[in-house]
Amino acid sequence: MQVESMFFKQRATEKLGDELLQGNMRKAKGKFVDGRAKAVAEFGAWEEVRTHAAMIRDRALANLDAYLVEFEANATRRGATVHWAETAEEACEIIVGIAKAKGVRKVTKSKSMVSEEVNLNEAFEAAGMQVVETDLGEYILQLAHEPPSHIVAPAVHKSKEQVADLFVKAHGKPRLTDIPAMTREAREALREHFLTADMGVSGSNFVIAETGTTLTVTNEGNADMVTTLPRIHVVITGIEKVIGTMEDFATLIRLLPRSAIGQSIANYLTLTTGPRMPGDADGPEEMHVVLVDAGRTKLVGGPMQEMLRCIRCGACMNHCPVYQNVGGHAYGWVYPGPMGSILTPVYVGLENAGDLPNAATFCGECAVACPVKIPLPDLMRKLREQQFDRKLRPWPERFAIAAWGFVAARPALYARLSAIGARVASWLGGREGLIHSLPGLDGWTKGRDMPAPPGRTFRALYRERRG
Amino acid sequence: MGARENILRRIRAAQGRSGAAPTQAELAAARAQIARHEVGPQPPFAHAPDRLAQFRRECDRMGTTHAMVAAEGDIPREVARYLGAAGLERRVAGWAAFAGLDWAGAGVAYEARPATGDDRTGLTGCFCAVAETGTVLLLSAPQMPKVNALLPETHVCVVRADRILDTMEDSFARLREEAGEPPRAVFFVSGPSRTADIEQTIVIGAHGPYRVHVVIVA
Repeated sequence: MQVESMFFKQRATEKLGDELLQGNMRKAKGKFVDGRAKAVAEFGAWEEVRTHAAMIRDRALANLDAYLVEFEANATRRGATVHWAETAEEACEIIVGIAKAKGVRKVTKSKSMVSEEVNLNEAFEAAGMQVVETDLGEYILQLAHEPPSHIVAPAVHKSKEQVADLFVKAHGKPRLTDIPAMTREAREALREHFLTADMGVSGSNFVIAETGTTLTVTNEGNADMVTTLPRIHVVITGIEKVIGTMEDFATLIRLLPRSAIGQSIANYLTLTTGPRMPGDADGPEEMHVVLVDAGRTKLVGGPMQEMLRCIRCGACMNHCPVYQNVGGHAYGWVYPGPMGSILTPVYVGLENAGDLPNAATFCGECAVACPVKIPLPDLMRKLREQQFDRKLRPWPERFAIAAWGFVAARPALYARLSAIGARVASWLGGREGLIHSLPGLDGWTKGRDMPAPPGRTFRALYRERRG
Repeated sequence: MGARENILRRIRAAQGRSGAAPTQAELAAARAQIARHEVGPQPPFAHAPDRLAQFRRECDRMGTTHAMVAAEGDIPREVARYLGAAGLERRVAGWAAFAGLDWAGAGVAYEARPATGDDRTGLTGCFCAVAETGTVLLLSAPQMPKVNALLPETHVCVVRADRILDTMEDSFARLREEAGEPPRAVFFVSGPSRTADIEQTIVIGAHGPYRVHVVIVA
């Protein structure tokens, strides 16, 4: 996907004024947050499982090379071909190369965010192959020529009326607005593709080192069609997805669907290991796994390695007041919300995504909701520090921060200046105690007044009351 | 091999290890950790006193219907009853393992073969079931096509009561015990296919079955 994160502020402002989007986002918000809260409340051991899950992810990440090599050895032993891709372009070359060599004409895909990162669909199309997204949300977006706006519910920003218009154009049937009937229409359209595709491409929520296994988690069952019916199955996934054992998966899967949509388990969990075995009733003849770096090694071993624990549940964005109001497209790349505000600057460059680590109220809800305990606000703060150090923020902001840092490190000076500041601010507030405009900060006061302080500092009041 | 070496070298350099591949000692340590098959903490309901009741309760929550029969010989009659009550045609594409039952006697046309996109009802057995989540577990194997659980609008699954286990971890332990390694596909099914991709409205029957019915053999 083209990086457009540099336009965050402008996009966010547009989205806030988009009545239709605002309505669609309001509908979604309660369902995700309430659903998760209910599932967590009835679970009874959330914190213990969460702590163990974070440990599982950390353990694999701390020995990432060994776990990956072990996965590769076992997947290969089971008949899969494992490929490594350093960049997005390399990943596409490998996969399209396999398709070309095998005379593939049609590809079905189940949802994969890594494939969005690397622009796989465009690569297939450029090579003259038909590629069909089969997750209902992704299918809708493919018809709309739009990127996903959420990592679990990609079409969350669309209303059924908007979807109905897309279906009329694509299917040439009478316009339906009854959601079950619309779903059936899409089912019938996609069934044909499932049965006629030569290659199926899936992501993999985790890969299991011990058994050389990849796996999919869906409610629709589309991943099972994609990984079972075509003669070739290609998995595209990030190198950070490796875990040790099937037991590790059992722990993580207690958290994933509950965090994502409040469901105790997803309808279909499928562990796929190698191609069809001799005599098997079904399954592909050939299986490939493409392990993609594309920026991940920049996080390994550094102060933000915890971000690689991410299991892509979407809880952080569902709980983010910024995401809830601007939607996913404002973020300008594949991953929106708090996790995207960390991954995007790291993967595509901090200079291209400078507003994202600042697109936060620091309310901390994302860290509370995260099933693998990623300290998301802390990581955003680290990116802000990098921005300051690399001089990527505008000079007035850097000057203000540097000046504040100078004063804050000198207690006597701080006391004197803050006493003056408090008096000035109190005077600015006038009789009603509200500041209507601040020189240089008119962006902040354009839509609201700032309550003026009472004229004396905390220290002055403290000294007075202690006598 | 360029990309592989570069990636592994970058990981190792970032974590303070030299070289482009893990050492034998590092691999052995990772394998030893993995071989422990450590089981994490589980929620209290994962080990319910009445496992069968827990299984049925979770089936209800996931939208899976269920019925109990006394013996394998009673399966055709239960399937006939279920299909009749749901207003469905009594025609089934099922696993060969159940072909020997008296289907004709129950008025069901049973064909032992993989299901196609045209079949309305598919019948399968399962490797085991998981009570914690109301889940059935199918393994890919000769004569056990996965498509029978996937393509038809109705999936009937036969579960032996003594194959209902507490947790997913238990099912993995059983898998290691009886099959050694996971086969090509280890397929956990919990209720009918669904989607909420249009306005977060849950619709049953996305790409897979609209109905899942479990027949528990006591």
